[in-house]
Amino acid sequence: MMRVMLQPHRIVMLMIALALVVWIVLAGNWSWLPKYAPMIGQGIWRTVWLLVLSLVIGFALAVPLGLAQASGPWYLARPAQAFCTVIRGTPLLLQIWLLYFGLGALFPSIPWIRESDLWPLLRQAWPYALVALSLSFAGYEGEVMRGAFASVPRGQLEAARAMGMPRRKILSRISFPLALRSVLPTLGGETVLQLKATPLVATITVVEIYAVTSRVRQDTLIIYEPLFLLAAVYLVLAGIIVALFRWFEGRQPRRQP
Amino acid sequence: MQVGCDDGKAMRGVQEQMSTASQAVRNEARPEAICVQNLHKSFGQHEVLKGVSISAREGDVVTLIGGSGSGKSTLLRCVNFLETPSSGRILIGGEEVRCRPDGTPADRRQIERIRQSLGMVFQQFNLWTHKTVLENLIEVPVQVLGKPRDEAVAMARKLLDRVGLKTKEDAYPAFLSGGQQQRAAIARALCMEPRAMLFDEPTSALDPELVGEVLAVIRSLADEGRTMLLVTHEMKFAREVSDHIVYLYNGLIEEEGPPDQLFGAPQSARLQQFLKSVS
Repeated sequence: MMRVMLQPHRIVMLMIALALVVWIVLAGNWSWLPKYAPMIGQGIWRTVWLLVLSLVIGFALAVPLGLAQASGPWYLARPAQAFCTVIRGTPLLLQIWLLYFGLGALFPSIPWIRESDLWPLLRQAWPYALVALSLSFAGYEGEVMRGAFASVPRGQLEAARAMGMPRRKILSRISFPLALRSVLPTLGGETVLQLKATPLVATITVVEIYAVTSRVRQDTLIIYEPLFLLAAVYLVLAGIIVALFRWFEGRQPRRQP
Repeated sequence: MQVGCDDGKAMRGVQEQMSTASQAVRNEARPEAICVQNLHKSFGQHEVLKGVSISAREGDVVTLIGGSGSGKSTLLRCVNFLETPSSGRILIGGEEVRCRPDGTPADRRQIERIRQSLGMVFQQFNLWTHKTVLENLIEVPVQVLGKPRDEAVAMARKLLDRVGLKTKEDAYPAFLSGGQQQRAAIARALCMEPRAMLFDEPTSALDPELVGEVLAVIRSLADEGRTMLLVTHEMKFAREVSDHIVYLYNGLIEEEGPPDQLFGAPQSARLQQFLKSVS
């Protein structure tokens, strides 16, 4: 690993990259940083929990969506297929706006919703953002899980059936783990894509890290430095995601020695 | 070997009679483990089984032979309902599998219980690739049969030792040879303490030098008096271990009988032809 990195052309490239970073740090105007640090921290935190929650909810929806399409009866398979097609066929920005400006405008006009305990929640923007992000992830991963369930080797399912395993056990102990194992590399990539979809929720007043840096740019009229900071934040988050999935994949048994 | 089946009611009648009969009669009338009556199976327009009846009493080794497409694997897979028969009756241990008019099992619980009593071994081994050998063995005993984990592990280790895989319990199937995988698969089936074993061409996917180790394990099971239904192309092996041979041709039983009679003096021209072509 070290030897590969230390070839002459690599060293030159690394030096150039390092010089660029040093130049940006030294020559840039970072005087605004201490003042906005708490806001930036909150922004990163909001981005992270929106991402994590939408991943969890989205994946929880994707599993039945994939299963319905791979082996469900037509009255489950068709709606699941339709859902995935619509979600994947329309821009996420449009979905976020339809939910927020559509449902968000409709709810206040319905008395029993205004009076319900959920109303304080529904008046805020983040629930709409979370729902839109989750549905989007569910749509994409539903398609991925369909392929994954369809690719589980038939023989291994037959062995489970032949031993008298009930259907639910076959699903939870055999099909799902095998399907999950086969989609781990895909899932890592999709998670990074989902991270980079989160700035869209800034358009409906959810103040995550992108919205914070926009605010900094408006307040201070500094153009590039906040954007460099934003790039660095996303790079680090993406790096963490990739590292997590690498570690997870490394724990799976390999196919052939 | 009779073709007719005892069903549950008749069985109890026989047992009542037996209580007054002599020991010799009791041995002669061992209870029927597997009984298939007039089984038909079609895939679309294509009729694979055209009315087949077989029967295996406790301790019998019954071997199905025949050319490819003769229906022997389909027959075996119908016994535990991996394939749904088009018509016919199947009794396991005297208990008839209840079916809907379309032939599918009527009672999921019943079919699951019956499958648990039949250990199946596949041509392609079909070990679960995401579990170690030991985890493969204890999966169903622990997760489905509710056996305590340490009990299941102790039993699994004993069986792995028996099939010569004592040192491989923590290996994943992908790291084993075909012969080792098949021996692990046999141990996995034995872990269920099955009433009978079903072997579906257990050595057909193996390299020639690995066939012997798997046949040795199957032979040891036959020697300890296990009931087995075996589909194989290993004619010499079939002749040595079987109590009864069934030759299938084109979805029907062409000829059946004790191995020495069937291999030594085959009556039907087709069987003579078949035996000539495989030897």
